[in-house]
Amino acid sequence: MLDTRRIRPDFPILAQKENGQRLVYLDNAATSQKPQRVIDAIVHYYNFHNANVHRGAYTLAVEATEAYEAARTAVARFVNAWASEAVVFTRGTTESINLVAGSWGRANVKGGDSIVVTAMDHHSNIVPWQILCQEKGATLRMVEITRDGRIDLADFGRALEARPKIVAFPYVSNSLGTVNPAAQLSKLAHGAGAVTVVDGAQSSPHLRVDVQALDCDFYALSGHKMLGPMGSGALIAKPALLEAMPPYHGGGEMIERVWDDRSTWNKIPHKFEGGTPNVEAAVGLAAAIAYLEQLGMDKVSAHEQELARLAIERLSQIDGVTIYGPAGGHRAGVVPFTYGDIHPHDLATILDKDGVCIRAGHHCTQPLMRRLGVAATARASFYIYNDVDDIDALVTAVRKAGELFGVLAS
Amino acid sequence: MSDLGELYQQVILDHNRNPRNFKRVDAANRRAEGHNPLCGDRIQLYVQLDGDTIQDIGFQMPQGSGCAISKASASLMTEAVKGKPVTDAESMFQAFRDMLAGGANAPGKLAAFSGVRAFPSRIKCANLAWHALHAALQNSAEAVTTESAKDF
Repeated sequence: MLDTRRIRPDFPILAQKENGQRLVYLDNAATSQKPQRVIDAIVHYYNFHNANVHRGAYTLAVEATEAYEAARTAVARFVNAWASEAVVFTRGTTESINLVAGSWGRANVKGGDSIVVTAMDHHSNIVPWQILCQEKGATLRMVEITRDGRIDLADFGRALEARPKIVAFPYVSNSLGTVNPAAQLSKLAHGAGAVTVVDGAQSSPHLRVDVQALDCDFYALSGHKMLGPMGSGALIAKPALLEAMPPYHGGGEMIERVWDDRSTWNKIPHKFEGGTPNVEAAVGLAAAIAYLEQLGMDKVSAHEQELARLAIERLSQIDGVTIYGPAGGHRAGVVPFTYGDIHPHDLATILDKDGVCIRAGHHCTQPLMRRLGVAATARASFYIYNDVDDIDALVTAVRKAGELFGVLAS
Repeated sequence: MSDLGELYQQVILDHNRNPRNFKRVDAANRRAEGHNPLCGDRIQLYVQLDGDTIQDIGFQMPQGSGCAISKASASLMTEAVKGKPVTDAESMFQAFRDMLAGGANAPGKLAAFSGVRAFPSRIKCANLAWHALHAALQNSAEAVTTESAKDF
């Protein structure tokens, strides 16, 4: 496991108390905390390099542009993208997926076509496709999951028989922790003639990602879940697809020439970055990537898996606790659970009094919750600064909730 | 008493475990659905009005929906307003809302929810049933959500 005694001091927020208790932050699947290095990178950018990018002829503007483009190179290296220009900066995974739906989708999906998503997708990888389908008269096909929380490959195969235009799925489920066989799914989808869209919001912070090995067409990530600032993110796409796609947002920066009645477009990726970009976010994301690379993504992944394994083992010993998601095999550091008839919101309130921050609710996965037959779950999710003490605090607080409520098995 | 003890008072835990008037009222002539889209909680409220009097009232929540606060609040609300004139129910709603906004305790058992004041993230849970009641009494056809009512 990672040496959390050396990591924790890098995160100023972890030194503060939550309701007078040690802050036990276990909502990392929602957003991660930020190391000083990321906070400093943002401050440094504004103190020394701030100017609008790709515009000015003066030195400061050149520095800002260099910092922004260096961040693009860092993202490209982090996911082993095809090229730097394969990285389009966005506000996060949601905007990245909307970009694909609004650009590639609008240009290529027609009435009668189908688009495939899975029942474990986050709303951000469902709703943009619903909007596109409604606009085009296309059909959205949701692939079922198995009882142990994996994509049902038989149903996936049936969905491909309709030769969908787009197949979208999460690499890692935010509600179950399932690590999906993304390369295999992408290969199957390509065999049916589809382009693939991988929601990488939960995989990018936690796994060594290689988009070329996955051979997906589009990969979306959020910076704020991987130590970076809110509002940072990227769409990584095969350059040939980006070249052929129409722009998403019109405005400055994304054009080549603007005539009175028409325009021509800038090169990729700038064609998709209309308006002044969030340079601060890009610079902060690059610092986050540097931090993660220094730790090593394989070690990050192993650390979280060990914490999840331990949390599942300890929580399972409590009578009345049900854990969701795959029982064995590869799963990320996400542990969804319910405890008897205690509503997850009550659990979250009770845990918070002990300084333990967990998420309670549907986790933006309502179709999945319906299939699990629950209105909500409690979810503990781990990251690099979490340790065994955090699991002790979680388990102790859950037991306390049981005592307060007098659990009835549901 | 600790904050948690203030929030989860025995009467709330009891009404959560054994909600009163937890039923569909077949003779209902007013009904409303309350929904908190943030947590997915749903309540279906049935009111049988006889002239100006709440003759009968009941509520249902889908399996697994409804935290202790929202369920106990609905249960205690139905007890408080059953047999009362509509105007009394509306003024109880006002008193309840005022209490959660930091005002004086609401009358009777409703004061059990005074501890919710210290938990801003749970105020919507406590108010959900009352907003549904208000909508039912106004005979508003559409479902109320905690996000559309501006004074939640």
